[in-house]
Amino acid sequence: MSTKEQKIGEIVAEHHRREGALLPVLHAVQAEFGCVDAQSEALVAKGLNLSRADVHGVVSFYHDFHDQPDLRPVVQVCRAEACKARGVEQIIDQATAAAGDRVKVQTVYCLGLCSSGPAARVGDRLHARLDGPALAQIVENA
Amino acid sequence: MIIRISDDALARALGADELAAAFAAKGHEVQRTSSWGMQWLEPLVEIDGQGWGRVTLEDVDDILEGGASEIAIGEIEKHPFIAKQQRLTFSRAGKTRPLSLEDYEATGGWSGLRRARQVGSEQILAEVTQSGLRGRGGAGFPAGIKWQTVAKAQGPQKYIVCNADEGDSGTFADRMLMEGDPYLLIEGMAIAGEAVGADKGYIYIRSEYPDAIAKMEKAIELSAGLVAPFELEVRVGAGAYVCGEETSLLNSLEGKRGEVRAKPPLPAIEGLFGKPTVVNNVLTLAAVPHILAEGGASAYEQLGLARSKGTMPIQLAGNIKYGGLFETAFGVTLGELVNEIGGGTESGRPVKAVQVGGPLGAYIHPDDFGIRFDYEEYTAADALIGHGGITVFDDTADMGAMARFAMEFCAAESCGKCTPCRIGAVRGVEVIDRIRAGGRTPDHVERLDVMHNAPRHGRSQEQEIGLLTDLCETMKFGSLCALGGFTPFPVMSALKHWPEDFTGRAAAEAEAAE
Repeated sequence: MSTKEQKIGEIVAEHHRREGALLPVLHAVQAEFGCVDAQSEALVAKGLNLSRADVHGVVSFYHDFHDQPDLRPVVQVCRAEACKARGVEQIIDQATAAAGDRVKVQTVYCLGLCSSGPAARVGDRLHARLDGPALAQIVENA
Repeated sequence: MIIRISDDALARALGADELAAAFAAKGHEVQRTSSWGMQWLEPLVEIDGQGWGRVTLEDVDDILEGGASEIAIGEIEKHPFIAKQQRLTFSRAGKTRPLSLEDYEATGGWSGLRRARQVGSEQILAEVTQSGLRGRGGAGFPAGIKWQTVAKAQGPQKYIVCNADEGDSGTFADRMLMEGDPYLLIEGMAIAGEAVGADKGYIYIRSEYPDAIAKMEKAIELSAGLVAPFELEVRVGAGAYVCGEETSLLNSLEGKRGEVRAKPPLPAIEGLFGKPTVVNNVLTLAAVPHILAEGGASAYEQLGLARSKGTMPIQLAGNIKYGGLFETAFGVTLGELVNEIGGGTESGRPVKAVQVGGPLGAYIHPDDFGIRFDYEEYTAADALIGHGGITVFDDTADMGAMARFAMEFCAAESCGKCTPCRIGAVRGVEVIDRIRAGGRTPDHVERLDVMHNAPRHGRSQEQEIGLLTDLCETMKFGSLCALGGFTPFPVMSALKHWPEDFTGRAAAEAEAAE
């Protein structure tokens, strides 16, 4: 048994008694492996007695699940209305330039810091009241 | 000295943790409280009721020596932004430690639930109905009626589901409540359970709110014994905006794609796993403990106007000078909110537009600032209150670009179940692009000899605008849920009030070319 099989087996065992266990299971798989690939989908499907099509449908629906791992650090930048009103579009190019190929600058819609944007998130760390240099610095440090 | 600093996500994003550590290193006791909601002043430091705003690490020594007068704001409770509010749902904001059961109990916590358990289901339903409380998520459906339907529905298993998938840009009241007063939400849900006969509740929180998830999970664990036999569980969303729609949320909770369900059947009859289910927003459920306190229902009913009763936690966001949480009775005008309370734009430039109600809300022109905060008054103006978020834009905003973004957002977040939303949003982006480009010439297919009936002259800007208007009608009346159905609000309101932002660029280019 591969380590992946074993780990997913453990995750399924931990959650399978919960009602509607698929999302919690997929979150755990995504956190563990950085993605939910085809092999994981098949293992989860088997573990929860679902069809692979069901699992794939769910994985592909939600923005948080990815089918392949991205090893780059991720900086999420809010580009929704409130942050646009506070100028995020004027500083985003600076951030992508600082990111280059090393960092993934990902657009998200709303981090709930709408009076004090532009806002960004790295892991569970939030940043607000950003300007161009501050956001570029966050990208540099990511 | 006791130093009080908020541990709200916004305060932490602005360096509150580092500040707290700095004060602690000087040998002082630091209490992490909820946020007062004066977000432009975060991180806010409080000592004996006195406040200092936008504190940096360099200010720590000054504050401890009684100086730093340039950032002092005096007594926090007397600050006009706080003094002008009528806080019921956010009555503890800034005052208590979020996870302290002791603080919660000392400020009247659990009294609503205790009373609810004494008076029983029928009386709870009667009082919630009497209070006039309506769903704070946006639709404004009377909570009492929904609860009565669930209470009457037969079934061995019923559920209380809290919709904490607060995806609207410009809104953060759910986040602040869950991070600042989690027991209030738990108490509200337990009361709902008591009213309808449900013993299981789910709180569906979006994954973009890590702090709220952690706080709620901890609070549920600490208060489990107090609300038993009612059980609660947090479920985390996975980045889909549409899951804020109640039926899509239920599918997501069941472990399915977050696709919208057709109604009927109503969730109140066939909801989560086909069982009768109350689905309410965080703010709706959090208003309930106050209503269930002795005389709370009639006090609540007396606030507000017409059919919009009680208070609404309004969120001032975007380009606004004094942004934050402002809870007040319904009836306040938009002009008061933006100009008097919010102080106008932060950039100091004139206000151009205000979007009320998140990405699906209309853009309101300053000429219409007399509109009062009331569900019906907004509906009559082709606008919506939504979740009470107000996003201010200054005169540099390009409303054509914002309309295009509304369509782009709908295309990105559509669940794909119904055609007007799935296809309409994509076409909407294209049509707006063509309007902004001044219309279009015939394409190569239309120019083919065999295309006898195709127009030979392309499409003018006016014709493209007609097409957009028609598309918006189709989306408005043909979509299953509010995502496709309300996206026309920001688009059409922008087109109505600022047509030059759609046509101006092409006209300017044409002029320059001459």
